[in-house]
Amino acid sequence: MCGIAGIIHKGKSSNVGGEMTAMLQALKHRGPDSTGYAVYSEGRDPKEYIMRIKVAEAEDRAIGHGAGKLMADRVARVDAILEEHGAKVISKEAPVEHALRYILTHDGDTPAMAEHIEEDKGTEILSMGNGLELIKDLGDATVVSDAYGLDEFNGTHGIGHTRMATESDVDIKSAHPYWAFPYNDISVVHNGQITNYWIMRREMERKGHRFQSNCDSELLAVYTAHNLANGVTLEDSLRRSIDEIDGVFTYLVCTKDQLGMAKDTMAAKPLVLYESDDLIAMASEEVAIRAILPHEIDTTDPYDEEVRVWQA
Amino acid sequence: MASVSDAELKSMTQEERVKALGMTTDQLTGRSMYMEFDPDATERFAYPWAPDVDFNKRTELDCDGMTATEVNSSMRDLMAEGFGTIVLKNPRGMHSLGVGVLNKLNLIIEGSTGYFAVGLIDGPNVRINGRVGWSCGENMMSGTVMIEKNAGSTFGAAMRGGDLVCRGSVGSRTGIDQKGGTIIVGGDTGALSGFMMQRGRMVVCGNAGKNLGDSMYDGTIYVGGEIKSLGVDAVEEELTELDRAWLTRKLSQYGMMPDGGVDNYTKVVAGKMLWNYDNLEPNEKKLIL
Repeated sequence: MCGIAGIIHKGKSSNVGGEMTAMLQALKHRGPDSTGYAVYSEGRDPKEYIMRIKVAEAEDRAIGHGAGKLMADRVARVDAILEEHGAKVISKEAPVEHALRYILTHDGDTPAMAEHIEEDKGTEILSMGNGLELIKDLGDATVVSDAYGLDEFNGTHGIGHTRMATESDVDIKSAHPYWAFPYNDISVVHNGQITNYWIMRREMERKGHRFQSNCDSELLAVYTAHNLANGVTLEDSLRRSIDEIDGVFTYLVCTKDQLGMAKDTMAAKPLVLYESDDLIAMASEEVAIRAILPHEIDTTDPYDEEVRVWQA
Repeated sequence: MASVSDAELKSMTQEERVKALGMTTDQLTGRSMYMEFDPDATERFAYPWAPDVDFNKRTELDCDGMTATEVNSSMRDLMAEGFGTIVLKNPRGMHSLGVGVLNKLNLIIEGSTGYFAVGLIDGPNVRINGRVGWSCGENMMSGTVMIEKNAGSTFGAAMRGGDLVCRGSVGSRTGIDQKGGTIIVGGDTGALSGFMMQRGRMVVCGNAGKNLGDSMYDGTIYVGGEIKSLGVDAVEEELTELDRAWLTRKLSQYGMMPDGGVDNYTKVVAGKMLWNYDNLEPNEKKLIL
């Protein structure tokens, strides 16, 4: 089933981490397998990047005593690659043993550096960008929020996802959101099933894009990244997807300063939308919006083939 | 039917093929059922175990901090105590509120609800001063439900009786599998509304999305605005005097009569080319579908 949620503040920052946690926890019944956040803070120096990586899945950590060394080796390898590409690490934190947050400066070919890091199949860059921080792990929203300290995250906008695994494993690589590798600051969450996934995936792979999982939702991130990299606007990419991608889906996309939504031609996956002058919030169910706006509000259901984009 | 050869079938139009195979008849009218409430038959509209409630006995229930199960259980306890008017406060998008109420009751929900609000009801009069989520009034059997704001998709799915009214706009697949009763939408409705509708009436004062009335068996849809497209086997039919009188009476009853009247409303019914109710499942069906 899965639950998705998004929030965007116009022209100001707010406690987006805490707001997303409240919304996603209210959607827990739509999928308790994993929870993910893509939250955006206000822009920093264009050469300064926040990189979130994971160095182990649950199955890696289940091997016992060797798991610590495996993860340490992978982190050491990432550090060496960063140094090799001339990246300067400003800070490095490990909120949990299998996921790290780097702040670094880099003046070179960042996509090439990202590809180098991901040559080790056990290491995945969850996100890289000037504003984006992508956090996803197994468990419900409060579990993930507590582990990663998300209640203190201030930012302008964000999207999130509670997952009920249906077509791929319960693991971090199949959890949402997906970062549009290797393009900075683009993330996607999705509720639905994509029926021409393999056709579209092979098309994207022929164009040189990489896939980390077998989750159909990852296609939307790659597809969006491909379009944006080729000069297509976010709104046009969302519109094209309704014609080019088959299945039932509602998905949300964030860029550094935008949040967009698209609903498929059958309108079979829910989304409730609240719009005010300074805040737009959306979720699979109204109960998630009411978790942050308990007073009476007016909400609507976007229709089939509806596409909307909001600016932070 | 037996004398029709494959070659002949292939040369026929679909309409000719349907009739040659005995898939439909020309006498399919008069199957729609619409029952006006008969005051003399009141006792047939109450279950023997239904509590005897007094509409003048009113109480409020604050849903804050309660689960939907606790709210619905509390409502049952209150009805058993004779409360005939119950006001639910602070619902905040909670799912499944007021489901399965099978007796007379004035239920007022002050706020918005989530999925499946007042589904499976048989008798209560409900007023919701907010918005409702998906599947409001699903399978409702009798009573009236009035929603002041918008509604989500599958509004009145498989509804069997009563009046389900939304002053705002509703989502997609409104009245899917509707089997009776009346759905009234003050604003617009989304795609595939009236999908596989079987009985009853639906009134959309605004616009209707694509594939309206797709695969409907029977029933009637009235649309005041634009129809994006009709679904398979849904056809337009001229409004009769009976239609105008019914629309005028029903919309006036809920204060939703448009200024311009109902003369410009479009009436949509089943073309009945896909009608298979009166027949067994012949193998020949595969030839036409």
